[in-house]
Amino acid sequence: MAPLATQFVNLFAAGLLLIAFAMLSQRRIVTLINLFALQGMALVCSTATVAYATGQSHLYWSAAITLVLKVMLLPYILHRLIRRLNVKWDIETLINIPTMMLVGIALVVFAFNLALPISEFSRSIARGTLGIALACVLMSFLMMITRSKAVPQVIGFLSMENGLFFAATSATYGMPMVVELGIALDVLVGMVILGVFLFQIREQFDSLDIHHLEKLKDE
Amino acid sequence: MNFEGILAQFAAGALALALAPLLVGWVNQCRAWLQNRSAPPLLQPFRTLHKLFWKESIIAHGATPMYRVSPYVVFSCMLLASMIIPTLSTNLPLAPAADAIALVGLFALARLFISLAAMDIGTAFGTMGARREMLIGFLAEPAFLMVLFTASLISHSTSLATIVASLSQRELTILPSLAFAGIAFTMVSLAENARIPVDNPATHLELTMIHEALVLEYSGRHLALLEWAAALKLFAYSCAGIALFFPWGIARANDHAALLWALPVLLAKLAAGGFALAVIETILAKMRIFRVPEFLATAFLLGVLALLVHLLLGA
Repeated sequence: MAPLATQFVNLFAAGLLLIAFAMLSQRRIVTLINLFALQGMALVCSTATVAYATGQSHLYWSAAITLVLKVMLLPYILHRLIRRLNVKWDIETLINIPTMMLVGIALVVFAFNLALPISEFSRSIARGTLGIALACVLMSFLMMITRSKAVPQVIGFLSMENGLFFAATSATYGMPMVVELGIALDVLVGMVILGVFLFQIREQFDSLDIHHLEKLKDE
Repeated sequence: MNFEGILAQFAAGALALALAPLLVGWVNQCRAWLQNRSAPPLLQPFRTLHKLFWKESIIAHGATPMYRVSPYVVFSCMLLASMIIPTLSTNLPLAPAADAIALVGLFALARLFISLAAMDIGTAFGTMGARREMLIGFLAEPAFLMVLFTASLISHSTSLATIVASLSQRELTILPSLAFAGIAFTMVSLAENARIPVDNPATHLELTMIHEALVLEYSGRHLALLEWAAALKLFAYSCAGIALFFPWGIARANDHAALLWALPVLLAKLAAGGFALAVIETILAKMRIFRVPEFLATAFLLGVLALLVHLLLGA
């Protein structure tokens, strides 16, 4: 029987997968942001569990950074953003949820198969969860591909980073602190730039639908 | 197969027949309490059955024998289903005859007969109800199978008695796969038993009804049998849920001391389950019929996820 820490990490990993599916099929933007915060929370819990089980103190720091950045700061910025863009109650109408879920299942099967030989080499207590991390990354890709509004695409991008972070924790007990801090800063700056970018898109096209970006303008 | 086993099997059948209407009465009572209404008595379903059995049953002109036979087929399917699910003890002689997949087949057979009978009369309501029942059935069945496969993979058997025996014996571990399967199972049983997010059991003449539309033309003893069968179906699903996800307290074969405890434990679990059902029905609103495929696709997704998570994590 697996040790208790592994069981908890598996539980949080399963939660992450579930949240990834929920985000894939969520039509409302507000709920999407809340789900993103919840995903960050699951990430914090699993990182803290790994840190506790292995005694790696730097993982506590990365859990703390995740907590501050992805559970508090980014959702706050996103909430403010959609309030100022006035898209708080926007609903995406053009997604076919059952098809998306079937594609999502196919992605999960693919990711699990891909991760199985890799995780054999790992000695980490959470090596089984590499497949789930990969599946989260792929599903965030899918979300970015299928969504037509700009804000859900940004959220997809951010949740992809969550998946990558989880992969790093589960396979190798996290990246070096410098790299982690760099990525955290990158995400924050990226968020700010994307926020400005969203305002520019709306200025130009009076809408956040990125299909407008595909048309060439003759001016 | 021994005498004791046969006795246990008959006891399980009799228990199902007696407890099923009681469970329906309990759910109705809880729902009434939660909605600030005065509750009907607990034994009301028995009274309704008694009343219906003594009434004349009227059969439409042009009804084929199919229409007369269907209530009996549906009733026996449901009775058999609730007899092969371990409720008190895993010592059931009928259990080797039908495993978890045959259980789904039994439910499907009952669904087929009731839908054909509803279309047999040729009324608009019956046909519409039959089509909706089939739509829900064909979406819910794969999800239910996925849930059962997950439990079978964990316990390496598709026999319900073996599943219960091995699940109740194992050490307490956190199994995310069983949690997913549990949510999927709840959604499937809400859909299959015509409960609130999918169908309103309190409605009697609405365009959106499903179960009531199917039995609209039946009366007298036929209707009584169908209502009893619906109660048995709810009982069977509750017992399947208990057997898969809360198997503690079900007596193992040849364990007499545990058998004494099994009945109060089962009653307590059923009461808790019925209350949970009433809570779900109170806080949720009925969804549009075209949203039902989405609801059941989610259940299927959770079932598949449970299976995949079990294969990947072994948990």
